Amino acid sequence: MLVLDRVSKTYPNGVQALARFSAEVSQGEIVAIIGGSGCGKSTLLRAVAGLDRASSGRVTLDSEAIAAPHAKIGIIFQEPRLLPWLSVADNIGFGLADLSAAERREKVARALARVGLADKAQAWPRELSGGQAQRVAIARALVPQPEVLLLDEPFSALDAFTRRDLQDHLLDLWADTRPTLILVTHDVDEAVALADRVLVMRPRPGRLFDQIEINLTRPRDRNAPLFENFKRSVLTSLDRSLDRNVPDRDATQGPGQAMWW
Amino acid sequence: MISDAPVLQQSSEPAESAAAPSRLSRYARPMLGLLLPLILALGWELVVWLGWSNGRLVPPPSRVFATIAELARSGELIRHIAATLWRVGLGFAFGVIAGTLLGAVSGYWSLARRLLDPTVQALRAIPSLAWVPLFILWLGIFETSKIVLIAVGVFFPVYLGVMGAILIVDRKIVEVGRTFRLSGFAMIRRILLPAVLPAYVVSLRVGLGLGWMFVVAAELIGASEGLGYLLLDGQQLGKPAQILAAIVIFAILGKLTDWLIEVAAAPFLRWQDAFGRTKGT
Ligand SMILES: Nc1ncnc2c1ncn2[C@@H]1O[C@H](COP(=O)(O)OP(=O)(O)OP(=O)(O)O)[C@@H](O)[C@H]1O
Ligand SMILES: [Mg+2]
Repeated sequence: MLVLDRVSKTYPNGVQALARFSAEVSQGEIVAIIGGSGCGKSTLLRAVAGLDRASSGRVTLDSEAIAAPHAKIGIIFQEPRLLPWLSVADNIGFGLADLSAAERREKVARALARVGLADKAQAWPRELSGGQAQRVAIARALVPQPEVLLLDEPFSALDAFTRRDLQDHLLDLWADTRPTLILVTHDVDEAVALADRVLVMRPRPGRLFDQIEINLTRPRDRNAPLFENFKRSVLTSLDRSLDRNVPDRDATQGPGQAMWW
Repeated sequence: MISDAPVLQQSSEPAESAAAPSRLSRYARPMLGLLLPLILALGWELVVWLGWSNGRLVPPPSRVFATIAELARSGELIRHIAATLWRVGLGFAFGVIAGTLLGAVSGYWSLARRLLDPTVQALRAIPSLAWVPLFILWLGIFETSKIVLIAVGVFFPVYLGVMGAILIVDRKIVEVGRTFRLSGFAMIRRILLPAVLPAYVVSLRVGLGLGWMFVVAAELIGASEGLGYLLLDGQQLGKPAQILAAIVIFAILGKLTDWLIEVAAAPFLRWQDAFGRTKGT
């Protein structure tokens, strides 16, 4: 279980990005974090990843405190961040330096096949499309089999079709080993499609505002009325988190309005 | 880049179509570049042959090559080339070692940079040839002062190149290393080194160019052998063909050594997305 216990973060310039954020995420759960721009989502994720230290409070994974990057925690950023001097295969094997070459080759080959890029093994990252590159990044993060995978707006730079493809693909990969997923997103549709639970954050300073359980079985039908209902409640909660007047959301909404930020 | 990438079945088709035009241009392009100098040289040869000019001050190519051939036959040429290559080689080696070490230290530790960099930058502002009298006083007019002068010339571009390259390594890529818990040394080996390599190769080439420049200066100041000595000797004895011969050999050696660096670095830089590589053909 991943526990965030009153995590606060004040940057050296005095910005209080996070204020006493607490949450518990059980093993294998998929949690989406959504909230206004600048409300501290990335800050939170970086604290969980051990990339930045919280000013106070603590993050524990199975009661082990996380203060530095941990073998059981992987992270995927908004950009693929592939190493341009390594082939696709070597990028995926980057986190497997401890294994023997043969073991590494085998795991990488399996991961490549799993993300459908077996034919790109020897390609350079620059030869990939944005969606392919992000799939490589996902494979690289998953291949060491982390217990927790953090994703910071992983699909936001992709077009709508690729994004949906990769969302389904992520779920598919998740089903293999069922790591805990914590997904920061601006896309309400994405949050409801993937998550067991949506955490809504409130800005200045960033803190937890609301939690919405998404009680839908997988695979989820994005056109089902129930799916729409959940989207509406997330949107309503988002509006309230920013002290906006809650519009009448019963009027049918175009898909464009599902993107929220 | 195309020939030795282990290409899988699927990607073999674009590789082939890309290879065809580049194979043609691989030979055609240098030929094109040779056209102008060849025409000029032949033209001048013709002018002298027809007797329109005696070619005393500007000797025709045939006379320059005759001079080179004569120098080569007597064994003089090898001796001069060896002397010059030795000086450039040593000066380059020392300059590169010092520039790489100090550049890496200043790039990696901000404290060292604050201590070291202002001094280095101040020294860099001095035209390096201004050191010559001092070096001669300190180190004598023989080999040491020449090699130090060349090393100084090589040092600055390498130092700046290494430091600059480390400073602009993408923080996001470094973060990838951190998430995979790379320790200091592994971080340097697996992230920093490959990231700075392209800029490093460029700085080596710039440094080598300066090394060749400074060896001429050093040998003009006082030497009994070396290509620079051939230049000076040709001037004092009024032998322009010898001067041109030395210049031609400088050009060949300069280009050759630069090409050696390029070729040695090429296997490590195949990944680069450089403009010149994809569009240069
Ligand atoms: N390195 C930093 N130094 C100082 N302030 C920072 C730093 N990083 C972020 N902040 C500030 O902290 C707050 C939270 O930033 P954060 O990046 O966590 O927001 P976010 O929720 O991820 O926003 P977005 O949705 O736009 O990505 C913002 O007000 C931001 O200006
Ligand atoms: Mg962010």
